[in-house]
Amino acid sequence: MSIKDKKYEARIQKHFAKYPDKRSAVMPLLYIAQEEYGWISPEGIAEVAELCEMDPTQVKSIAGFYTMYSEKPKGKYWLQVCTDLPCALKGADEFHKELKEYLGVEEGGTTDDGLFTVEHVMCLAACDKAPMLQCNFHYMENLDMDKMKAFIEEKRAELEKATSKK
Amino acid sequence: MHILLRGREIPDIHKFDVYIRNGGYEGLKKALTMKPAEVIEEVKASNLRGRGGAGFPAGVKWSFIPQSEPVKYVIVNADESETGTFKDREIMETNPHQLIEGAMICAYAIQATAVYVYLRGEFWDIAHNLDERIQEAYDAGFIGENIQGSGFTCHMYTHLGAGAYICGEESALLNSLEGLLGQPRVRPPFPAQKGGGLYKEATVVNNVETLTNVPWIVVNGADEYKKIGTEQSTGTKIFCVSGHVPRPGNYELPLGTTFRELLVDHAGCDPSNIKAILPSGGSGPIVPGTDEVLDTKLTYEDMAKLGTILGSASVIVMDNTVDIAWVASKVAKFFRHESCGKCTPCREGTYWIDKVLDRIMAGEGRPEDIKLIDNVAKNMVGMTLCAFGDFAANPIIHTIKNFPADFEAHVKPKEVEEKKPAARAGAGAARGRAARAQATAGD
Repeated sequence: MSIKDKKYEARIQKHFAKYPDKRSAVMPLLYIAQEEYGWISPEGIAEVAELCEMDPTQVKSIAGFYTMYSEKPKGKYWLQVCTDLPCALKGADEFHKELKEYLGVEEGGTTDDGLFTVEHVMCLAACDKAPMLQCNFHYMENLDMDKMKAFIEEKRAELEKATSKK
Repeated sequence: MHILLRGREIPDIHKFDVYIRNGGYEGLKKALTMKPAEVIEEVKASNLRGRGGAGFPAGVKWSFIPQSEPVKYVIVNADESETGTFKDREIMETNPHQLIEGAMICAYAIQATAVYVYLRGEFWDIAHNLDERIQEAYDAGFIGENIQGSGFTCHMYTHLGAGAYICGEESALLNSLEGLLGQPRVRPPFPAQKGGGLYKEATVVNNVETLTNVPWIVVNGADEYKKIGTEQSTGTKIFCVSGHVPRPGNYELPLGTTFRELLVDHAGCDPSNIKAILPSGGSGPIVPGTDEVLDTKLTYEDMAKLGTILGSASVIVMDNTVDIAWVASKVAKFFRHESCGKCTPCREGTYWIDKVLDRIMAGEGRPEDIKLIDNVAKNMVGMTLCAFGDFAANPIIHTIKNFPADFEAHVKPKEVEEKKPAARAGAGAARGRAARAQATAGD
């Protein structure tokens, strides 16, 4: 495992070509490291630092500053529920609570099967489509628990199917 | 009429060929026949004001750029993170080429060498889509080397943030783009000055909505643009309406439209069931839903007279069931989470306001706690490097000022509380609801 793997080379070079300074590519490269390792691992930090010609401590501070870089491993589906004011006026706090209860996890927790992590986040610019969440980096909007249960059961069935094949 | 949300009338206008068939890139072509200074003058004359929140005249901002500098940048601020704001998102999803065109006109006007579109990280899908639209504009010769044979060369790139509200603040955005922590810079030098912008070069930072107005202004002229809106607030504005409204969404209307027209006629609210309005997301002063407020025109000048701001025009509506102390606690959590931690008054102030509000909402507050958080908030105003300190203080100061009873209901002395067991019973949520009902009854 490495972001210096051939498969990332073209993407990384494309990012470097955008900026006059290598350091500016630290954010896009951290996304690539997260894609490779599933989180911002020490190996990922070291590789990004080397490529961007930065100190690993500096890279780690950047990763820690932003909420979309995950500093610990997450479930396959990282559900970030917006519970900010406009969504909360539309029942997002209750939705967030019911979602955690249904999955049997605490805030920030991951289900035992490794499928789902639930967290609340600040405004995601989808206030007219509340309740909503971000599943990995894609939006799911106008939600209710029925829709979420269907989604969760579908993903669980997919996992079961994949495991039984093995 | 729609200048910006043209996707409402022409659903496929996000496609390059449809955009071209509907007058797309004519503004850029026209600008390229003008002198850069003439383009700046036209935008200045239109009195187009910054739509990100500050309302600074765009043409004036452009005119600050020293023409003698060989390297200059344009930043499109697409970090859209203010609570309740979702307008730039719709522009980029439904009318992306008009944004690209507007940014390129700005680039030509200041003779920029590159344009960076800084999108909030959560706009992952939008950014990847925008990359494709930018490529279409490259292929058609509207971006890149020797644009339309004019001799003008400029490139355009997207850059994704990763979840930090503060990166919508222009100097924090510049730091983030340079690979530094997304924290505001000391000014001066300002971004438009040599030494203050991206990589220390002179830089214009404009909001998505601001730049999307520009092609229309260049094609139709400043005089036509000034016919829309009021003298000091020209053009249309996208109002993001959310909260307790039957028809939430974006409404592009002329500046000078009243709250009543926006919320009752367009969004379908019952005017007797509007307890409060946050006119500019979490950061603007809250106003009560009175007739005086509802009849106020949505302009930069009228909102200032009302003691609030037009800002990014993210209008959050709260009906009569809402406890405003709960609103303050929600907004306080937002600002505590988003404070970048650089300036002490903001880092400590947002933390303590949130802690004390938690205590108040849990029914453990003391009567003097209300004054305490008001005092902490007032000591943040004007004491920080960027406007975030004021933004975090505004919701606290103005919720307390306009809705004191909602706070007092939570901090009644113990013996009074004990006579009302309903307010103390059950889990936190039930307690909050009971307190909310109590607060409403007290209005």
